[in-house]
Formats: sequence, structure tokens, C-alpha cells
Amino acid sequence: MAYVAVTGGQEAIEESIRLLKYYRTDGEADLEIVALQEKMKLLIDKVISEAGLYAPAYAALALKQCEGCLEEAVFILRAYRSTLTRNHYSKGMDGANMRVIRRISAAFKDIPGGQVLGPTYDYVHRLLDFGLRNESRESIAKWREEYNQQVEGIETYAFPRVSDILRQEGLLEEVAEDRTEPFDVTLNKLPFPTPRSARLQTMARADAGYISGLAYSSLRGFGSVHPTVGELRTGWLAVEVPYILDEEQTIFVGEILVTEVETFVSAEKKTGQEHDELRVGIGYGCVFGRNDTKAISMSILDRALSIEGTAPVNDEEFVLLHGDCLERSGFISHLKLPHYVTFQSKLDQVRKKQEG
Amino acid sequence: MSDNVTQQHYNFAFLDEGAKREIRRTILKAVAIPGYQVPFGSRELPIGRGWGTGGLQITLAIIGKQDILKVIDQGSDDSVNAVSIRKLVTATTAVATTTDTQAATLIQSRHRIPEEKLRNDQILVLQVPNPEPLRAVSPKETISRNLHADAEYSGIWLRLYEGIVKFGRTVTGADHPVMVADRYVMNPSPIPKFDNPKLHQAECLYLFGAGREKKIYAVPPHTEVVSLAFEDYPFTVEDVKGRACRLCGATNVYFDEIIDSVTNERYFQCSDSGFCGKRRKRMEVMSGESSAADSNS
Repeated sequence: MAYVAVTGGQEAIEESIRLLKYYRTDGEADLEIVALQEKMKLLIDKVISEAGLYAPAYAALALKQCEGCLEEAVFILRAYRSTLTRNHYSKGMDGANMRVIRRISAAFKDIPGGQVLGPTYDYVHRLLDFGLRNESRESIAKWREEYNQQVEGIETYAFPRVSDILRQEGLLEEVAEDRTEPFDVTLNKLPFPTPRSARLQTMARADAGYISGLAYSSLRGFGSVHPTVGELRTGWLAVEVPYILDEEQTIFVGEILVTEVETFVSAEKKTGQEHDELRVGIGYGCVFGRNDTKAISMSILDRALSIEGTAPVNDEEFVLLHGDCLERSGFISHLKLPHYVTFQSKLDQVRKKQEG
Repeated sequence: MSDNVTQQHYNFAFLDEGAKREIRRTILKAVAIPGYQVPFGSRELPIGRGWGTGGLQITLAIIGKQDILKVIDQGSDDSVNAVSIRKLVTATTAVATTTDTQAATLIQSRHRIPEEKLRNDQILVLQVPNPEPLRAVSPKETISRNLHADAEYSGIWLRLYEGIVKFGRTVTGADHPVMVADRYVMNPSPIPKFDNPKLHQAECLYLFGAGREKKIYAVPPHTEVVSLAFEDYPFTVEDVKGRACRLCGATNVYFDEIIDSVTNERYFQCSDSGFCGKRRKRMEVMSGESSAADSNS
């Protein structure tokens, strides 16, 4: 009978799981977990970003476990996260202290410290590279050795923020300093209206496609945010937790790679006079790993959510409640579960109507 | 999967102790305010979010080593999702399980309340897809929370009324809204209307968990639970008259409708598989006794 059956669910599931293993282990070539982690960096970045768990090695393991399905891998890591006790909150991190590997501005040609393209696919011709089919271990080793010699002695720096230029000139929208403890979306249901910290956390974990789709709708006209990428930077941030015996001191626990964006948009400043003044407002985005599109999109939505408007991107319940990978795919996939009881109830209504 | 879980030594009942304590506190609040949806920090679980994770978090938070667990989906102990949930709970707790409603101390269910009456030492946990009865009135949480605070339910009454105007009778199916303790309108989860009366002045504790929507609510024992209806259009349950289970012969229970793929014949059998199995076993024993008596004579 069908998948529910009157009896047989247990056996059906076990057979299905066996079949999954058969599919996962199909073929001759081996898939090393460490290779996944080292060579599929951007995929790993997506998994840890949407899982909200900075664990590249576990992300690689999860990807192997689920035949490379992004949403399954995110799912596995999120579930694993639920078993871990939360012992510490890290100290706040400042993007200005980032050990930068990439840093660009679309607002100014010359920025203090200069533009650093870093590793980006932006200017690569997307031609299928048939040469990679015969790439040998030796040729890679040789190339990397030469490369390392060339870049030896080049130091990386921490750069000041581009927005500081505007701040010094008094052109930035004034935003009051907010010292309240950040909301934790992983331990609480979102309250509405949401604090900004909750919005940013929710978007940082949201599905990249969803976030950029919404941001795109705003650019095309369902909304009024027309941003300039003031600064996009990718690099390493040091994570520190307070030392338990002396809160003044901190313990360094490691580094995380993030992409951080500040977009500039025009903002009005009410003057109370006949004409309002223009200021530069900022939208902020920050995500795990190297993911320019998601970080920029997040900054657009951050801005869109902080202003009044009737577009979908201005509605925080719409934006924040539909982008979580697990919630979205979980509820859609639940439609595959049997609905005999509810459908029977529905049928009862339809039949009553026919009988009149 | 169960092999992996036990091998990796997860915590008892999967969740970390802090999370379980938090969920138990939420449940206490829910019990204290019958029908009120208490928000909580819903955790991700290894089963699909939208597949019963709200109910499962309640189960994992309150289950103890002595508990005897029953898990059903659409009334069936053997439905795939019930099997999957039971497997996860037993793999991380090693508690005993049963299909017998009366033997269970803790029952997790999707879309059904068992046919056998529950006692005051039993808890029924229901999985909830859409906890908010006002969602159809407004898609926005900010608005529905205010409406609940004001006990402003005219939007729901209006929808019931519109159904009557349009079709000449009430047209709700499963998940027919109820008024709890004369204060909060509540979605009873998509149980058929047939099961709604079982919530009223019950002996057992009902807990409702919505994982995706991050809410827990409760109907404590001996609570007034009234299905919404009008005086001239009273509440009616699904029509089961003239039907009998083809396996156990039970009448006046909720049925699955089954169509024989060969003969195209339509017949009915108990939706509550544990109940049906128990009746059949009893009948076998009785017929066995009588045939034994026959051979003796």
C-alpha cells in the first residue's frame, strides 16, 4: 500500500534509509571530508551561515552525509546545535579591527588604505575550464610555491571604515548609541516590533536566495531603497569571551571569517523648517564566510525595515518570518505527510453539501 | 539513525538541560493561563520543522525514565512520522513504548485524540501547525496579539457566519476553533471536530506545541472548552452514522476511508489503530475461548 499504510511504516522507513545509503555511496570515487572543507569553501560558508554555527569541519561532514544538499546540511547542523549548552556570549566585535582579505567601496574611488579586491569571482570570465579536468597535484604544488614566494612579506592591515569619512563631515544620519544587550533569536521567539539586533541576527541566518530575492525586489521597484555599497569587507575577526574570574580580561577563542557591508542611502533629516535636509543613512549586513550577495542584500533589507513604506521589504513580519531555511523547507515538506484525518473532515463537509 | 544517535552519546532526551528547563517553565505558564499561546525559544530538532517539532520539544522536556510513551500520527501508531518520532525519543531516552492508550503515561499525537478516554495521570501532547486562530483574520502577529489581549474575536465569528451565509451551514473541517475557560479562543490543532468534545472537562492534561511558530499552550484538566457555534447553527461533528470498522466492527469512532485498489470498493476502518488492534485481539481471545469450549463439549 502507500507510504502510510495501516501497518508497515517502520519497515518502509528502514528500507528508505538503506536506499539513501546506497545512493550516497554510489560510484567509485571517494569523497574526503577534509577535501570538501578545503575545496568547497563557499558552499561550506553558506552552510555555516544559514546554520548559525561556525563549524566548517562539521559542515563538511554534514554535506557528505546528505549528498551535498544545502538545506539538509543546514538542518543537520542546526539540530546538532540544539544539543550544545550555551556557556558564553562573546564580546562585541568591531569590523574596523578586521584582518581584511578583501575590501572595496563603490562610493569613493580613493579610500584610506586603498581598495583591495582580494579573492573574488566578480571579474572572472565564467568559462567552463576544461583544463581543471587534468589538474595534477604536482602542478598545483608548484604553482602555490611560486605564489607564496611572490606574496611573501606583504602584510595585511586593519583599515578604518569608509563611513568614518562621512561621519567626520557630519553628513551621516545621526543614530543614537544603543548599549542595550542584543536580543538572542536562537533562544527567544521574535517579538514584534523587533529590536534591530534581532532583525540582523535573523537575516544573517536566513536563506541566501530568499534574502537576495527580497533585496532585488526592492531594487526593482517594490520599495524605495536605492543603495550605494559604501564599503564591503571580508576578513577575519577575533572572537573573545570574558574571563570568568575577572570580567575585565578576555580569552581569545579563535577567528571567524565574515563579510561585512555598509550601504549608503539618502535619508531625510527633519528640520522643522520649510525644507528638510538630506543625510546619508546606513544599512548594515554581516554574514559568516565569503558571501558578498547575501551581505549586501542584508544591508538593503536592514535599511528597508527601518523606514516606513508599503512594499513587502518594509514589512518586518513578512521579511523576517519566511526566510529561515528549516522553517520554510520543514513546513513545505510536511505537506508530504498523510493528512487522512483532516481530509476526511473536509470530505465530510463537501459530501454534506452535495446531499443538501 | 538510531544507531548513530546512541553511539554519539547525546544528552538524555536530546536537548541540553537548559533548553528542557526553559520549555518546562513555558509549559507551567501555559497551564496557568489555559488557551493562551506562550512564546518560547523553539529549538531545532533532527526531524523536519513543521513535522511535529513543537510537540516533540514538549515530549523531550517532560519525559522521564519511568514514562511509557505512545506516539501516533493521524491515529496510527505505525504511520511513518509517528515511527520516526518514536524512534528519536527512544534512541535518546530508552523509555518504554506502547501502542495501548491506557498503558501510556505520555502520548504524542498529530491530528487525533485517542478513542479511549484519558485519565488524570496521562498527558496528551498535540503537534500544532498553525497555533493562531486569528491568523485568518490577520496575517500579522502584532495585530493578533492585540486582539487576544482585548478578547476581540468578532473576526472569527464573522468568518463562521460568512460560511453559513454562503453554504447554508457551518463549513469548518478539522481545527475548528474553541473557547477555552471563557477567555481565549484556541486552535485545537487539526483534530477532526469529532475529537473537539474530548477537550471539554477532561481528566488529562493537553499540551499543544508549535515548533515553527514557537508557541506552547495548554488545556488543563477540568477546563471548560466550547467549540464555537451559533445557537441556530449548533456545533456538529463529522457524520459517522451508518459506518462500522471493517476490521473490528466498531461504530461511533472516527474512520479512515479506504478504497480497495482492485475492487474499487470503499470501506472504513478505525483511524485509531491502537484501539482497533486491542478490540481485535480481545475478539480473537473470546472466539478462541469459545472454540476451545466447543471442542471440549
